[in-house]
Amino acid sequence: MNGLWPQLEPLLAKVAKPARYIGLEDGAQRPDHAPHKVAWLLAYPDTYEIGLPNQGLQILYEILNERPDAVAERTYAPWVDLEELLRARGLPLFSLDTHRPACDFDVIGFNLSAELTYTNLLNMVDLAGVPVRAADRRPEHPLIAAGGHCTYNPEPVADFLDFVVLGDGEEIVAEITEVIGAWKASGRTDGSREHVLRELAHVSGVYVPSMYECSYDGADLVAVTPRHPDVPDRVEKRTVPDLADFPYPKRQLVPLTEVVHDRLNVEVFRGCTRGCRFCQAGMITRPVRERPAEQVRTMVAEGLRRTGYDEVALTSLSTADYSGIEALVGDIVRSTDDGPPVSVSLPSLRVDAFGVGIATQLQRARRTGLTFAPEAGTWRMRQVINKLIREEDLYSAIDAAYANGWRRVKLYFLTGLPTETDDDTLGIAELARNCVELGKAHTKSPSVTVSVGGFVPKPFTPFQWFGQNTVTELRRKINLLRDDTRRNQGVQLKWHDPKATQIEGLASRGDRRLGPVIEEVWRRGGTFQEWSEKFDLELWVEAMAHHGLDLDWYVHRHRSEQEVLPWDHLSAGLHKDFLWQEWRDALAEVGLPDCRWTPCYDCGACTGYSIEHIVASATPPAGGSQGTGQDLSGRSVPVTLLGRAPEPAGSAVGS
Amino acid sequence: MRLRVRYRKLGKVRFTSHRDLARCWERALRRAELPVASTEGFSPRPKVHFGLALSTGHESLGEYLDVDLREPEALAVDTEALPERLTPLLPPGVDVEAVAVIDRSETSLQEAVTSCTWVIEVPGTSPEALAAAVDTTLSATELPVVRERKGKKVADDLRPGILGLTVVGPTPPDAPEQGAVLEAELATQPRSVRPAELLAAFDPPRTEGRVRRTHQWITSDGATREPLSPGAPSPAPAGACAP
Repeated sequence: MNGLWPQLEPLLAKVAKPARYIGLEDGAQRPDHAPHKVAWLLAYPDTYEIGLPNQGLQILYEILNERPDAVAERTYAPWVDLEELLRARGLPLFSLDTHRPACDFDVIGFNLSAELTYTNLLNMVDLAGVPVRAADRRPEHPLIAAGGHCTYNPEPVADFLDFVVLGDGEEIVAEITEVIGAWKASGRTDGSREHVLRELAHVSGVYVPSMYECSYDGADLVAVTPRHPDVPDRVEKRTVPDLADFPYPKRQLVPLTEVVHDRLNVEVFRGCTRGCRFCQAGMITRPVRERPAEQVRTMVAEGLRRTGYDEVALTSLSTADYSGIEALVGDIVRSTDDGPPVSVSLPSLRVDAFGVGIATQLQRARRTGLTFAPEAGTWRMRQVINKLIREEDLYSAIDAAYANGWRRVKLYFLTGLPTETDDDTLGIAELARNCVELGKAHTKSPSVTVSVGGFVPKPFTPFQWFGQNTVTELRRKINLLRDDTRRNQGVQLKWHDPKATQIEGLASRGDRRLGPVIEEVWRRGGTFQEWSEKFDLELWVEAMAHHGLDLDWYVHRHRSEQEVLPWDHLSAGLHKDFLWQEWRDALAEVGLPDCRWTPCYDCGACTGYSIEHIVASATPPAGGSQGTGQDLSGRSVPVTLLGRAPEPAGSAVGS
Repeated sequence: MRLRVRYRKLGKVRFTSHRDLARCWERALRRAELPVASTEGFSPRPKVHFGLALSTGHESLGEYLDVDLREPEALAVDTEALPERLTPLLPPGVDVEAVAVIDRSETSLQEAVTSCTWVIEVPGTSPEALAAAVDTTLSATELPVVRERKGKKVADDLRPGILGLTVVGPTPPDAPEQGAVLEAELATQPRSVRPAELLAAFDPPRTEGRVRRTHQWITSDGATREPLSPGAPSPAPAGACAP
């Protein structure tokens, strides 16, 4: 059935890029809804172009639709032109797959990957015809849920969410479906909403904000405590022990219109133990779980055949660290030799000649640009953030890149890092100039683009206690760099808006008192705040003032060891004392090795959940243990390999 | 070897742009594992030549594209079976109807096609009122319009590009907005007249509802034919509005 399609059809002729509202992608499903099936609407609170490629959403879409007791459809944030038409005609948010009203689903599950999308979350809930505040909802309303990296501190949006999922979703969606299925079967009677939420709070990995009470002493948060004895004091994240059990997406969605990352994406491992102290993704997704090489090869070959894409990305937080990456890359390149040209890309490139060697092997055609992320301009600064790339590493990478025919190099840096001095900031310009000089040996006019982002401290990282740089300070640093590179032909400087960085910081580490602020910004029209042309700092500043809250206190203040953090009742497995020690070590400029190839230092991510890394080899990848500050090249080190007995060297194991 | 393909674009998929659909075609041709010829050079592109662009939102019973195949592999391709092979690889609503081998010396689609037949739903009017507007339009000797070309305003005359107008009747019951249906043959050379431009020139000006291209025509040396030679099956008659 087509649900709202007849009403939507005439509107689509009036809006920009209507193809993003029609569905019909290869891989899209048209599930049969039934009274005994829990209907999930998986939502991404940004436009289709940004949301469609989200792998987490696609994985859950398939897993749920494979279940006999569930159906899943998708929705994305309608752009402002369509939203206006929908509201003018009293039409609700709809699913793309069967164009069904959002409120016909039992649960609307949002992927929260970026804090600045929070107002879009409210907008979509409202557009669905559901009260934005969880407390105002009744049994006939769908449950509003969220997962994704931002949910490690969901407190700023706690008022609007019925439940929150921490960690990997592959297994937990089944358990949640069963609880919601029982609620649906019971007829969703008056008062049953409280009951189903209480049941959900018993599922490990599910956090129900309304079951917790926040107490304050003046401005300070004192505690977040469960309201009922059967609700856990602390909610632990879920971790899928072995990626080999979940070869998803099996049928990656192929959009009809252009989206970001428009290519086949195959996740080769999850988790990262390089230990970069600014990186939330690396901290919260531990331990490392590699997908067996054989499964990767199959997913690539079948995926290319099925989708018709001519590009595949091997995704992870640091793909060059995959055990046997050279063999895997060689296999993939060879397997596509006799067909039409296929380009293989690694979204995160290691900063050394080894990384460039792999990229060269992969990208035989179209050598346009290469991107590296040294993150900081001086060795001292890189020790603080534990991204231990030596200058020789970067220069050998740049030299190799130009020697192999690349003409444009892009370097990513953060500014506003803990202990950063002006020498550290200016070190960025120095590195960039040296890279241009290296390029001149190979090409007449080498180009190095330097992209600088303001650092935002994130929960569950060693920098969670750090007071973020002010907008003024970030702007001053950017101006330093701008003045210093102005006369350097070949260095192009780009930077992010420090004002948006400030609000990202507010939402990252804020507490539940931000709920009314986010609601007010949304009510005053502040949607799509992650789009620079739509971002409006004034809305946020005014809303903070209106609710008597101090932006400076939330964002720029250094926090103490004793302070209760808004996310202390949630857990990513990491011991708080490990993070604190890492914070002290950062300030002392002491690095920490990668525990894949060194003995365990008990961060908590493995030991707490009785799981371990799944890596095919205890030998660091060729080129040594770059980034760990240790030379471990070619040497096997004592780590435990879990599960299945290791296969002969060079091949992957699962468990 | 050059193949000419005729396909339909109907239903929801009409909201994809010409460029979107071109990308879908490239993926479909790769999936079909056809020996598509490529351009030379550092980043080879498949040799696929698309016909006249169809506006986003418009449907069509007669879209065309040309594909060059490598020889000798092309000789092994069963062109008869291609419609059935390609359709499942394309988005729902895009149906390949005919494929034929054409001579490489044939003029490209974009240059060869001289006019198109359109079925246009015109909301908010009756067949009678629309017929009166059509009469006025057809009896005009010129229809001056001002259009923007490369940022400059240029005076132009629509009238020579209007080759035929017929009111078909009232809109079908499934139309989103009720009105009358117009069939129009509009020139594509020396420059295209778009259905919206035609309706804007009516008295009173009208806007388009659903629009469907039914045919593309090549007129040369006084003879009119469709881009696929008579051997290939013809598109369904105009006006048969599929869902």
